[in-house]
Amino acid sequence: MKKNKIILVLLIVLLSLVVALQAQENAGLKLPAGFKATLFADTIGSARHIAITSNGVVFAKLMYPNKAGNSIVRLQDANQDGVADNIKGWAKYGGTGIYVRGNQLYATSDNDVYLYQLNEKDEVVNPQSPKTIVKGLLARNQHASKSITLDGQNNIYVNIGAYSNACQEKDRVKGSKGMFPCPILDSAGGIWKFDGNKENQVYANGERYATGLRNVVGLDWNKQSNSLFVLQHGRDQLNSFYPELYSNEESAELPAETMYEIHKGDDAGWPYVYYDPFQKKKILSPEYGGDGKKEGGENAIDPAVFFPAHMAPNALLFYTGNQFPAKYKNGAFIAFHGSWNRAPLPQEGYFVAFVPFKNGKPNGAWEIFANGFAGEGKVMNTRKAKARPCGLAQGPDGSLYVSDDSRGSIFKISYTK
Amino acid sequence: MNNKVLFLSFICVIIFSNTVSAQDLAKGKKIYETRCLVCHQADGGGVPNMNAPLDGASNVVGNNIARLVRIIRAGYSEKVPLDGMYYNNVMTPNPDLKDADIANVLSYIRTSWSNKASKITVAQVQAVKGKK
Repeated sequence: MKKNKIILVLLIVLLSLVVALQAQENAGLKLPAGFKATLFADTIGSARHIAITSNGVVFAKLMYPNKAGNSIVRLQDANQDGVADNIKGWAKYGGTGIYVRGNQLYATSDNDVYLYQLNEKDEVVNPQSPKTIVKGLLARNQHASKSITLDGQNNIYVNIGAYSNACQEKDRVKGSKGMFPCPILDSAGGIWKFDGNKENQVYANGERYATGLRNVVGLDWNKQSNSLFVLQHGRDQLNSFYPELYSNEESAELPAETMYEIHKGDDAGWPYVYYDPFQKKKILSPEYGGDGKKEGGENAIDPAVFFPAHMAPNALLFYTGNQFPAKYKNGAFIAFHGSWNRAPLPQEGYFVAFVPFKNGKPNGAWEIFANGFAGEGKVMNTRKAKARPCGLAQGPDGSLYVSDDSRGSIFKISYTK
Repeated sequence: MNNKVLFLSFICVIIFSNTVSAQDLAKGKKIYETRCLVCHQADGGGVPNMNAPLDGASNVVGNNIARLVRIIRAGYSEKVPLDGMYYNNVMTPNPDLKDADIANVLSYIRTSWSNKASKITVAQVQAVKGKK
């Protein structure tokens, strides 16, 4: 009798363990058939962008120093089981951008770009004394984070976000007009290009490579087209400031989040226009006399791809690996951080999307690649999202890594057939 | 008898004139939904790193009522930590809100979600003058 009871209890424990393990299958992510995911790391801190060396060592840039007091984290999976087993860190400054090129590691604060040297084991040689590559960039709270990417020719591209929603005389004040010309665009609201190695560069040493971009967090260099692609965070609060022109529902769906292919000198139109995904047109902003229908931005470029509003695209990665099926080769993965500006409607995003590319151009509709980061059900309030995808990187074996700045996790997604 | 009724009525007037009615809270909720909810969210939780939370925030349920009134009136853009976190977005000013509106929305915020702070009266809002 007693024995039976013990066996029963053991059975129940075993069963609940199996259930718990099954709930954690693919680290809670929903993936296309043949893909699997592991929780590579968890609660490492507010992991923004990530970068991976040719030996598979992962570096994550944190928005705040974590509990150990570090704002850059180095993660290694020595036993190759898909979970980091050697985690260290350094640096005190918060930030978003991180990029690996050979044995060079770039990282950004909200004002500066730093360069660290790696040794043959991908350990940082100079954690306390990086070279300062760029310094003194504008950071006025809003859209202050600096994202970076490099081309194949030693140039570094830095996003400097506009410290404004729509360049009003008074930011986010109902009835305040848009300034013309928008004075913010002299030193923000675009992409700046600098030398990737020269030290102590300031604005005067760089060039405004592209303008009219409200805030870019995700950007990557496309090796096929040999050009820069960026993702813009579209403007907020059309309904809050212009309730007579936009309903709650319209405001939740406008404007589109946009991907642009950028060539030197391009203007994407902010703040004068936004992109309407239904009319498929650049519409004059209400701060500049728009009524939701009038077009504008005759000299501004059109998006290469557009997505539903407010989903906050925070990372872009062109997949060059050989592990995933052929359709993914050279295509774009996008990490959507997830919306807040759709309230009172349910929030959207919180997934990794994929756009097929051919010869450096978008080639087909976008689709959700990895979902389930936020947990079960609809997200009504942003803070309830468990994980928020923020960074992307490709491992040397072709696996895709996704970082999250909410729970502080990194997911590793692989294709297994 | 008449005197007794008069006296009781007088007491009632004194008690209720200094409190915030359910009707006022409903008005406060309406203001919250039209002006505050997009950024501070339906659950008062705000948006991490962007928009400050109101639910459980130490200064929202704290005793510095004048500061809360001034933030609602004039907006806010200073980079000051709240309970150890920074919030980057700017707060929209509401110069057109009347003192009674501010009292109602503050009362709603301070008694909603997990907040159990005191309600705010019109007199408390009226007493706040100036910008600092």
